[in-house]
Amino acid sequence: MEMWYTEEQTNNVRFSIRCDKQKYSAQSDFQRIEVFSTPEFGDILVLDDRIMLTQKDEFIYHEMITHVPMAVNPDIRNVLVIGAGDGGTVRELAKYRTVENIDMVEIDRMVVDACKEYLPTVACKLDDPRVHIYIDDGLRFVRSVHEKYDLIIVDSTDPFGPGEGLFTSEFYGNCYKALNQDGILVNQHESPFYKSYARSMKQAHKKILQFFPVCKVYQAHIPTYPSGHWLFGFASKKYHPTHDLDEGRWNRLSIDTNYYNTRLHKGCFSLPTYVTKQLMEGEY
Amino acid sequence: MKLDQSRAPVFEALQEYRENRIVSFDVPGHKQGKGNPELTGFLGKQCMSVDVNSMKPLDNLCHPVSVIKEAEELMADAFGAAHAFFMVNGTSSAVQAMVMSVCKRGDKIIMPRNVHRSSINALIVCGAVPVYVNPGVNKRLGIPLGMSVESIKKAIAEHPDAKAIIVNNPTYYGVCSNLREIVKLAHEAGMKVLVDEAHGTHFYFGDYMPLSAMSVGADMAAVSMHKTGGSLTQSSALLLGPDISEGYVRQIINLTQTTSASYLLMASLDISRKNLALNGRKIFEYVTELAAYGRSEINKLGGLYAFSRELIDGDTIFDFDPTKISVHTRDIGLAGIEVYDILRDRYDIQIEFGDIGNILAIVSVGDKILNVERLISALYEVKRLYSKDSAGMLDHEYIEPVVICSPQEAFYAEKQQLPLKETVGRICAEFVMCYPPGIPILAPGELITKDALEYIIYAKAKGCNLTGAEDINTEKINIMLEK
Repeated sequence: MEMWYTEEQTNNVRFSIRCDKQKYSAQSDFQRIEVFSTPEFGDILVLDDRIMLTQKDEFIYHEMITHVPMAVNPDIRNVLVIGAGDGGTVRELAKYRTVENIDMVEIDRMVVDACKEYLPTVACKLDDPRVHIYIDDGLRFVRSVHEKYDLIIVDSTDPFGPGEGLFTSEFYGNCYKALNQDGILVNQHESPFYKSYARSMKQAHKKILQFFPVCKVYQAHIPTYPSGHWLFGFASKKYHPTHDLDEGRWNRLSIDTNYYNTRLHKGCFSLPTYVTKQLMEGEY
Repeated sequence: MKLDQSRAPVFEALQEYRENRIVSFDVPGHKQGKGNPELTGFLGKQCMSVDVNSMKPLDNLCHPVSVIKEAEELMADAFGAAHAFFMVNGTSSAVQAMVMSVCKRGDKIIMPRNVHRSSINALIVCGAVPVYVNPGVNKRLGIPLGMSVESIKKAIAEHPDAKAIIVNNPTYYGVCSNLREIVKLAHEAGMKVLVDEAHGTHFYFGDYMPLSAMSVGADMAAVSMHKTGGSLTQSSALLLGPDISEGYVRQIINLTQTTSASYLLMASLDISRKNLALNGRKIFEYVTELAAYGRSEINKLGGLYAFSRELIDGDTIFDFDPTKISVHTRDIGLAGIEVYDILRDRYDIQIEFGDIGNILAIVSVGDKILNVERLISALYEVKRLYSKDSAGMLDHEYIEPVVICSPQEAFYAEKQQLPLKETVGRICAEFVMCYPPGIPILAPGELITKDALEYIIYAKAKGCNLTGAEDINTEKINIMLEK
């Protein structure tokens, strides 16, 4: 019998991966959680019929959402990660000995438990003593925090279902309030290519612009996400993502990466024209 | 409940109809959607295929004898009423039917002034004369209260010939009156009690809810199933106690009701009633928890006051609907309507209404915790980013009406349109109200006082949507020409 995982990336586009077997399947209070093993992509995590990560390409996403802000300000000590139940973002952050505290707020305990059991290469640092896991709604967690964090990383699902609240003005505004004077907010920023994702992308940009003086967007190539062309938002109270980058300083840290490097860092903020145009729609 | 509430006769008959693949040479002309592909694409084939006309297997709302009759019996059973009518012209039509069933031209009817416009509309149609009871205002919040037992006693003593009392229970804000005592006083005086229970559907199904109209022996009650019960907009129910003639009320309803009642609306009433009867207790327990959580988080912030049962005083706030999130906003220097607009324009959150000093968020059968989190977090941001000094803000919400003549007489009188500012001292010949909530600031037949005018101008400036006047911009008001 052939077994394929097929995702409807849009109403008119499907993406399929051959599977060997289903390793885990459960319904939590928030979403359906599945883990499949596949010959091409290794083990993959699927939430509500959307690929969240595959073992083969997750490094791209997790390195890009983490090392870009860390390279801009290597003095970051106190980090809040929202979502990120798989642990990939925490794994990258844990590479910095200077990071003292990582608060991770994930709404769905079952995602954390499933990843610890079935995706240990991703979830491997969730037990690091610097990591504190809060099972809570990110929006709820952040609204009572004032000027506490140096960096907030929003590693969310798409803006429908449990991730919806993490794409709202009230969330970004509360994040602004929760960040220190030189704080940085990095968020999973959807994709510019297909219309439904582009809409979320434009709206997110427009909403973040209301609050932060510096608001930039950068890109990465993630093969298993719809269209493969994915964006991240970099918003900050002080630092410019490329002007304030000290390449030498980050390189001296000798952080081991497979996708990120400081040359790529400078390039990834240079966006295709059609993306720039879409972002500008939100700026006016 | 004595009947099998898992039944849904209208719903079942529609399913049967669909499966029988009837060829239709009757109205509606879209013929199960085939004649209107764009609309069918938008609403779906499922929906269009049961948008049908009354016919033998589907009964007829004007004269129910089979499936609608059974569905109405189940509705009555679920609400503890002697009889129930499915209403497809909104709860407004149910309120109208209540008034017209007990009053004729010239009859007096006792009511609080802060009723929904539908009650006073009914007076314009049937010619009954209102005896207003001042519900009083909570000074701190500016919200109108329930009717005090003393004020009812006084109104009954002064107008022993009144035919009925209308009670607004709960008010839009969630305030309940001492309904049991009011029913007792009214019945002793030979008056009927009509309850506008538009916001009280859930009282019949949840635990720890305020008393419902039927449970305390009220004669008629209008319940908006669509507001908190989950049925489609415009569908509603009219409930009767044992001493009201079902046949006569049906005649009254049929005076103004459509003869092409929508089966979509009726099916939604049938299915919602089934859901509430079977699962209502659990649903409203959750809803109550959500609302209580929302209020407590909002109150932690300071500045905003989400009020509830702590206001209960045994009389004018005899009870309070625990499913409401009503928030007093004046202390952060914002009118409720301003917060209402900010929430919609900046945060994509639509709440039920905002008036001068408060906002109201309705929590119902369809809500989930994450949505409540959004509302709470947005209010935190509203306070952080928009709060102002509250000096100089208007604080009162109730304006004592000076009634000169009956609403019907004023509405049909010779009249003239005058610019707002020139109307002080004249008699109003139409409604002026903010919508929502739709409670008239001025009703036909009332003196236009300086207070009322100031309130209208203030509400306009704060961005309230003023409705009711013939002039759609409410720059002019119709006044009665003196005889």
